[in-house]
Amino acid sequence: MERPIRVLVAKPGLDGHDRGAKVVARALRDAGMEVIYTGLRQTPEQITESAIQEDVDCVAISILSGAHNHLFPKIVKLLREKDAGDILVIGGGVIPEDDIPGLIEAGVAAIFTPGTPTGITIDFIKENISRK
Amino acid sequence: MDIRAGLQSGNKRAVARLITMMENNDPEAFNIIKENYVKTGNAKIIGITGPPGAGKSTVTDKLTKLLRQKGKKVGIVAVDPTSPFSGGAILGDRIRMNDLSTDEGVFIRSMGTRGALGGLSKAANGAVKILDIYGLDYIFIETVGVGQSEVDIIKLADTVVMVMVPGLGDDIQAIKAGIMEIGDVFAVNKSDRDGAERTATEINMMLDLNKQGKYRPSVVKVIASENNGIDKLLEQIENHIEFMNTSGEYLSRKRMSITTEIVEIFRDNIIHSLKELSEKTRVIEATVERVLTKEIDPYTAANEMYEILRKKEVGNSD
Repeated sequence: MERPIRVLVAKPGLDGHDRGAKVVARALRDAGMEVIYTGLRQTPEQITESAIQEDVDCVAISILSGAHNHLFPKIVKLLREKDAGDILVIGGGVIPEDDIPGLIEAGVAAIFTPGTPTGITIDFIKENISRK
Repeated sequence: MDIRAGLQSGNKRAVARLITMMENNDPEAFNIIKENYVKTGNAKIIGITGPPGAGKSTVTDKLTKLLRQKGKKVGIVAVDPTSPFSGGAILGDRIRMNDLSTDEGVFIRSMGTRGALGGLSKAANGAVKILDIYGLDYIFIETVGVGQSEVDIIKLADTVVMVMVPGLGDDIQAIKAGIMEIGDVFAVNKSDRDGAERTATEINMMLDLNKQGKYRPSVVKVIASENNGIDKLLEQIENHIEFMNTSGEYLSRKRMSITTEIVEIFRDNIIHSLKELSEKTRVIEATVERVLTKEIDPYTAANEMYEILRKKEVGNSD
């Protein structure tokens, strides 16, 4: 059945830089996806609840504040607790290379650092969502 | 995931998945709605419409918070436009409703229009039914930002709130046909801005020209971002709901909307059958060629296809 992929684009943490998140949201839209854009300063709880109510295939999170090692694992954990661990979690933003293995270990599917062509993110989502 | 059990126990994930299935025309979703249809009709269904940027999401957010204080459970179906080119969409109504996300008594669902032109998506109707079955007291449907003629919301809502802002044009705008005719309650938002009084006066003058005897919608000035006037707005919404119930208007509006709904489903089914038939027999393509060469005209062509379909249906039932 042909259906649009639904992606929640969220921006947790306290920094106000959402340009990257908006560029990604726009690129996903142009790739035919339905993007639920929730804006700035989301808590992990809000992101989890929104992801469930919107029944998304993927949660794409942008973090530039440096709080990634706390926020990403928390979101993955909350989704699993809510029986929604099948939702793909990906991240972007200024994330040091050294932190990426730990985040993958925690259940984040992929981290896309600045300069990643949006096409790579789009293909990754299409290939890795659990519901086809 | 057992959707049926989840729907009974009030599991949000199951409700959300059912909405997705319905939106994607999965027949199983319609079976589940059919089984539970008798449970619909308890929620008060309120449409929130108005031009882009008028503050529909903020008004919805504040009305929801007020209803939550009163212990009511609230659903929100928020529709934003789908791109006609990519089929994708940016659904951004949640931005104004973030604190509601974690409220147990609130369910918010965003939808793309997916080609529908009347200010709603085709699936909005089904989503409202599902949230009604789920057991909410109030369901808000927020339309896309409307221009002048997107009036589908009247087919779905018991009460339509028209959110206006000052400074959108002269008073002739207020007497044009279309969206200005469908409001049951008018909210003049951002009413701390210049021209708010004039906008309210113009809407009131337009409403005074309406036929006597019908419900006279009220005009409420609000500043939604500051939660100013929201209590008065809710009061007027309740007032209209009360009028609908006591005057019998509720039933006549429901009769009209059910009629439209059945006709639309019927039409969709016919189109679906025709497409299915044409996948096998290529009847549409063949007919297009005959019209292209002027062998027949489009009117005859449509009649012919209708007859083919009808005979096929009669044949099937034998």
